[in-house]
Amino acid sequence: MTLLQIAFFFLSALALASAILVITRRNAVHSVIWLIVTLFSVGGIFLLLHAEFLFAVQVILYVGGIMVLFLFVVMLVNLDVAVKQAQFSRQWQLALATAIILMAELAYGIYRGHQGFTLAQTSAVPPTIGNTQAVALALYQDYMLPVEIASVLLLVAMVGAVVMAKRKLE
Amino acid sequence: MIPIHWYLMLGTALFTVGVIGVLTRRNVIVILMSIELILNAVNVNLVAFSDYFRSVDGQVFVIFVITDAAAEAAIGLALIIALFRNKETVNADEIDLLKW
Repeated sequence: MTLLQIAFFFLSALALASAILVITRRNAVHSVIWLIVTLFSVGGIFLLLHAEFLFAVQVILYVGGIMVLFLFVVMLVNLDVAVKQAQFSRQWQLALATAIILMAELAYGIYRGHQGFTLAQTSAVPPTIGNTQAVALALYQDYMLPVEIASVLLLVAMVGAVVMAKRKLE
Repeated sequence: MIPIHWYLMLGTALFTVGVIGVLTRRNVIVILMSIELILNAVNVNLVAFSDYFRSVDGQVFVIFVITDAAAEAAIGLALIIALFRNKETVNADEIDLLKW
């Protein structure tokens, strides 16, 4: 077992364990903290996959931006009542069984089909430009229109969030 | 060398944990966090195939997914604030204003 594989198993185990803790903790603040651990581990997986720019985006945008937003809202809404109530809905046994069947199906499909994933191993040419440069070239040349649409989407989301969180519209 | 189907298995497991969170939890904030988990599982798959095919297109898609996640989190949390102001609850099964 190589060092890379050990790193992969460590990061995967960390991501999965903290993801399970996210959905089982009673206190929503603890869930946010464990979700941050999950996001960091997924960022480490990105590093293993030579996606350094996405690692930075993951840490800065997800952990630094979205999770802070979550923490703000968790602090804003009243937690003391919700902590004492039942945490799982009535249909949880059925939902758990269905989700596990779904995972078994997906895992079986991947396991049966994984011999098909052997085509690109031969073209292992080391990249001539850095990852950030490659992503930037793709973003601003091939995907220019989608980037503009994404910026409009963010604007719409920002305006929508402000309108909905406002106390009273005049 | 890590085979690609290990990454796909990790994505599957993360996705399932997210689905379980969405389906079983009552707290709306935790449901939103489970949706973030699901999006991260998709991101793992996209980056794995991006590395596998030596093409950055998958990583560009991940950037768009993260954009969507940010927009979704902002809108969802604004909805939760508006809802908490009206109903004084964060439980998904008590939010039944549209139920006859």
